[in-house]
Amino acid sequence: MSKSTLFEKVWSEHVVADETPDSPAVLYVDLHIIHEVTTPQAFTVLREQGLPVRRPDLTLPTMDHSTPTTPVSTFKDLAVVGESAANQIRQMEQNCEDFGLDLIGFGHQNRGIVHVIGPELGATQPGKTIVCGDSHSSTHGAFGALAFGIGTTEVGHVLATQCLLQRKPKTLAVNINGPIADGVSAKDVILAVIGKIGVDGGTGHVIEYRGDAISALDMEGRMTICNMSIEAGARAGMIAPDDTTFEYLNGRPRAPQDAAFSAAVTRWKKLRTDDGAAFDRAVSLDASDLQPMVTFGTNPGMVVAINEPVPDGGDDPSFRKALDYMRVEAGKPMTANAVDVVFVGSCTNGRLSDIEEAARVLAGRKVADGVRMLVVPGSQQVKNAAEARGLDKIIVEAGAEWREAGCSMCIGMNGDIVPSGKLSVSTSNRNFEGRQGIGARTVLASPATAAASAVRGRVTDPRTLS
Amino acid sequence: MKPVTRIKSRTVVLPTKDIDTDQIIPARFLTTTSRDGLGKNAFYDLRYNEDGSEKSSFILNQAAAIGCAVLVAGNNFGSGSSREHAPWALLDYGLKAIISTGIADIFRNNSLKNGLLPVVVDKNTHEWLLENPGAELDINVETATVELPDGKSITFPIDGFARHCLVEGVDQLGYLRQKIDRIEQFEEARAWKP
Repeated sequence: MSKSTLFEKVWSEHVVADETPDSPAVLYVDLHIIHEVTTPQAFTVLREQGLPVRRPDLTLPTMDHSTPTTPVSTFKDLAVVGESAANQIRQMEQNCEDFGLDLIGFGHQNRGIVHVIGPELGATQPGKTIVCGDSHSSTHGAFGALAFGIGTTEVGHVLATQCLLQRKPKTLAVNINGPIADGVSAKDVILAVIGKIGVDGGTGHVIEYRGDAISALDMEGRMTICNMSIEAGARAGMIAPDDTTFEYLNGRPRAPQDAAFSAAVTRWKKLRTDDGAAFDRAVSLDASDLQPMVTFGTNPGMVVAINEPVPDGGDDPSFRKALDYMRVEAGKPMTANAVDVVFVGSCTNGRLSDIEEAARVLAGRKVADGVRMLVVPGSQQVKNAAEARGLDKIIVEAGAEWREAGCSMCIGMNGDIVPSGKLSVSTSNRNFEGRQGIGARTVLASPATAAASAVRGRVTDPRTLS
Repeated sequence: MKPVTRIKSRTVVLPTKDIDTDQIIPARFLTTTSRDGLGKNAFYDLRYNEDGSEKSSFILNQAAAIGCAVLVAGNNFGSGSSREHAPWALLDYGLKAIISTGIADIFRNNSLKNGLLPVVVDKNTHEWLLENPGAELDINVETATVELPDGKSITFPIDGFARHCLVEGVDQLGYLRQKIDRIEQFEEARAWKP
């Protein structure tokens, strides 16, 4: 019997028509998550061609990107920033109504970031193919799903046919072994991986994260890892499902229930790379060496351990341009830099354990004078769970803002922006020029590093706070 | 999609590596519900100062860039988000092809579906193109070749189906919809249902 990787098992189960040199595979999609920003033009095509949404039952719509996160007592008070964002949100509501989709809209207890609510509801499951018009769809691979971001034309393809035209990607094994030290988190692991393989190191590949360091992570840590696969250029990142996965899904509303759940677990347990199955490429990382990581440049591959000096990049003009934009000095560690804004949230680090990690650092401490800190839950459910634990009080008492769920300051298209020239330590996924606002200088870090940096007012190793 | 068979143009050169889709079109312009008229926002923060005035140092604001339909860019062009607004903006701006040593996956897919041609070339050709802005190129989609000003022709990789769709102007949704019977059979035959 031929030996297969996890990716190949999920891929082959979803091939409706095989690929040939002249035609790509037709790949079936089990779950299509949609949001307000990358779908309006796809619904326009459906209207023009008189087509329905083929499988509303496999379509999960919500709103997260252009939605404001300003704290409100009732969602009727939520003021959308700008007429075009307001129009886009109205359009999403109208599209869902016209096409018979059950929108998780404002005021709904399950609303949140697309990649937070899929897992939370149990809609994200091992062995599924999952797509969304958002590159961080790779997040769902943490459950052993094949999940990737698509463009708006492809959103239209899935809405109309539940299928995509795809060429089979290559496979890349990323083996991570060794114990992860205290003060080092999943975010530091994935930043180190991207630093090692580069921002285009995964192009054309699906990554499988393997090794005992990965098995030891909880589901939220695994989601943080898979989330940033796209930052290494990979279409998707996957982790084989195990007892941690099954325990997370058990009892979630859209997961199989009771006997169906047991049957699903039996099926899910087969979703592992066979011993001896071949990957196209493989890289390894020793987790026991890892330190908290921070980015210093304008892409997530420009990353360094928090106490190590920023490299000088030789005479590479793109590297110099990045350091100039960041106003960061080569030869000094990032801890030399003062901080203006701190953001804890996003589909990378906006889950309950991330809020807890930040709150542990903030407890009994104050955000430094002159620093603005936003803590933004990834979903309404994360918000409720954090408040039930009293985390909101710790956050507010420390002088940080506790806000409504959404993408917030990760993307700067909803009113939450970093002012020009200001330095932000952010738990999000992209430190691109202007990502958090025109001229914003973004340093990517873990929630603990972000919170410690808020307390000290400069980029700070969380292990140095007693 | 209109057929794309041949692109003859001078090049404009943007040598920076890793130009991401946030630089191609900043997120604040994504609140549109249309795919039209995004060219004015292409490379917005590279083209304009915060007060709205043009950055004269930026290559696309210089006279030599006028009328150029081929952009030669640094390695790993189009990384980052899946926003199809990126190729929509570049096409509306007047670009028809992007040449680099590496083009990010999702951006490449989105570009092909809209008739923006991604061309990956070898390092030597890339270096020559970076050093010779304004080079007159003749790109033939059918033969997957770029003819350089000295008459030398180089081939570039392109998926056979994507090329067919470009040359014939094939609507891929129409192609997929012809498979609806197969899709229904697949759904029926599955051992487990999502």
